[in-house]
Amino acid sequence: MPGWEVALRYVLLLAVLALTVGPFLWQLATSLKGPHEDIFSFPPSFLPEQPTLANYSRVAETIPVWDYALNSLTVAVANVVTNCAGAALAGYALARLRYRGRRAATVAFVLAMLVPVEGVIVAQFTTMRELGLNNTLVGVVLPLSVSALNVLLMRNAFLSLPYEVEEAAFVDGANVWQRFARIALPAVRGTLAVVAILAFMGAWDDFLWPLIVLSDPQNFTLTIGLNYLHGTFANDERLVAAGTIIAVLPLIVLFACLQRYFFRGVGEGAVKG
Amino acid sequence: MTTPTASPTATAGSTAERRAPKSPPPGRRPRDGRSRIRRHLPTSPWLFAAPGLLVAGAFSLYPFLSTVANSFTDRRTLLPGRFVGLDNYREMLGDEMFWIGLRNSTLYVLGVVPALVVLPLLLALLVEKQIPGISFFRSAFYTPVVASIVVVGLIWVWLLDERGLVNAVLEAVGVGRVGFLSDQWLLLLSAMAVTVWKGLGYYMIIYLAALANVPRELHEAASVDGAGAVRRFLAVTLPAVRSTVVLVGALSSVAAFKVFSEVYLMAGPDGGPAGEDTTLVMLVQRTGTGLSGRVGYASAISVVVFVVTVALMLLVLRADRKEGA
Repeated sequence: MPGWEVALRYVLLLAVLALTVGPFLWQLATSLKGPHEDIFSFPPSFLPEQPTLANYSRVAETIPVWDYALNSLTVAVANVVTNCAGAALAGYALARLRYRGRRAATVAFVLAMLVPVEGVIVAQFTTMRELGLNNTLVGVVLPLSVSALNVLLMRNAFLSLPYEVEEAAFVDGANVWQRFARIALPAVRGTLAVVAILAFMGAWDDFLWPLIVLSDPQNFTLTIGLNYLHGTFANDERLVAAGTIIAVLPLIVLFACLQRYFFRGVGEGAVKG
Repeated sequence: MTTPTASPTATAGSTAERRAPKSPPPGRRPRDGRSRIRRHLPTSPWLFAAPGLLVAGAFSLYPFLSTVANSFTDRRTLLPGRFVGLDNYREMLGDEMFWIGLRNSTLYVLGVVPALVVLPLLLALLVEKQIPGISFFRSAFYTPVVASIVVVGLIWVWLLDERGLVNAVLEAVGVGRVGFLSDQWLLLLSAMAVTVWKGLGYYMIIYLAALANVPRELHEAASVDGAGAVRRFLAVTLPAVRSTVVLVGALSSVAAFKVFSEVYLMAGPDGGPAGEDTTLVMLVQRTGTGLSGRVGYASAISVVVFVVTVALMLLVLRADRKEGA
């Protein structure tokens, strides 16, 4: 690549960086500005003149933000566990076991994946009411607990494993559960990691379903609590900013730590294919 | 291919699947080589699949069927419904809010899809080359995808506020302040911009996976023949990623038609001034949930959402086949 092209690339990269990450930084800066600072000043000043963490403690005084965060964490971790276990088990059954009805089971998951969540929320809402799970965290987790997309991702991962490995274990007398847990599952760790990341982010970020199923502020997840904060205290932008940073920072940190696995999982198939 | 391609990782999975049949070396052992590990209790596979099948059945397939069934009843949240035939659909035709929702959801598709098909491809070309620091840029561009839509919505509400950063800049350059969040059409346009902003990184990754599959030799051959960068893009890269372009078109149009959160957060629960910015899914949420929800009527609107999304999907895929032939 000629030098001018490299330079041009970096200029463009920095411009896009400003556009994609800039708004988050602006929010972070706003959240750190002191109460006597004019956040509407002109020209806008980016750096806080009287940096303070007071807005963060004020958020906690206004709404039980740490309780909401704990609710979000509970939901997200539960979602990771159920998705990893459920999708791995079902994916294994679809890819590696032979039985009558396998094709029908695969079709069921494909159809389930095609049904848009947005189209069935009302039916899910009534189902949850009938189950008595409205307004509970279990009710938030259940519909997402084993996503059909994840099942099919795991299926594809298991399909790509050579059969020889499992055959050797079979000859050694391993039963189907042992072959699954000790041989097949460790071999698809990469896809499992991607499923875990997607499940965590999906649950932590979800808005529409928790909004519908949760009505008691005590059970709110962070996203719902934030929307509430916004509605109630829209006039104090510093508070809202601090709230959004509390909601987004753990996720950005988590993603930064795991992005290696994530992008590798994405890149793997592409490079080898 | 019926397997999922709804996420970047699915692309990886599907190539793995294509590879799969090669794994038992052909010739050495016929297909029944696999049958040696077929022996297990006949119930085992169903035990493996049970949790997944239960969730898929209870929270996707059954709700789908009951949505269709409910749409022919006057069911409410707290009252069992009775069969009313096509009454809900008839009511819909005369319901101004329905038409507003349909209009806005359709406009959303028209506004968002071209941007989400083109811009992420350009972005993928930008981050494709292995230059120092590129993996930092890739992850950073993915940040808006990672962030919750609520966070994204609140950030942009603040940026586009009458007294926000964007207006401060516009005033500084002499354009003057713009009511991004108070004007009915500008509000919808702003929400579209936010959707595009949040989706860029997601579709960039899908394109990136596709670009990695473009045969290097073709590029080199074209180069030798004296083709410039633009020429090479049009003659080599674009045809090679065509099916991905179609996929992104299908995914983004279906997602755009079902838009809820962006508009809900920026316009408020009632859909902005006089509800003029309500989208179809917002209407479903508003009419069908809560203790006084009109489940039957909302279900009928949901059925319209189903039908349109399936139609969009078929339309895009059909256009692809025609062009390809």
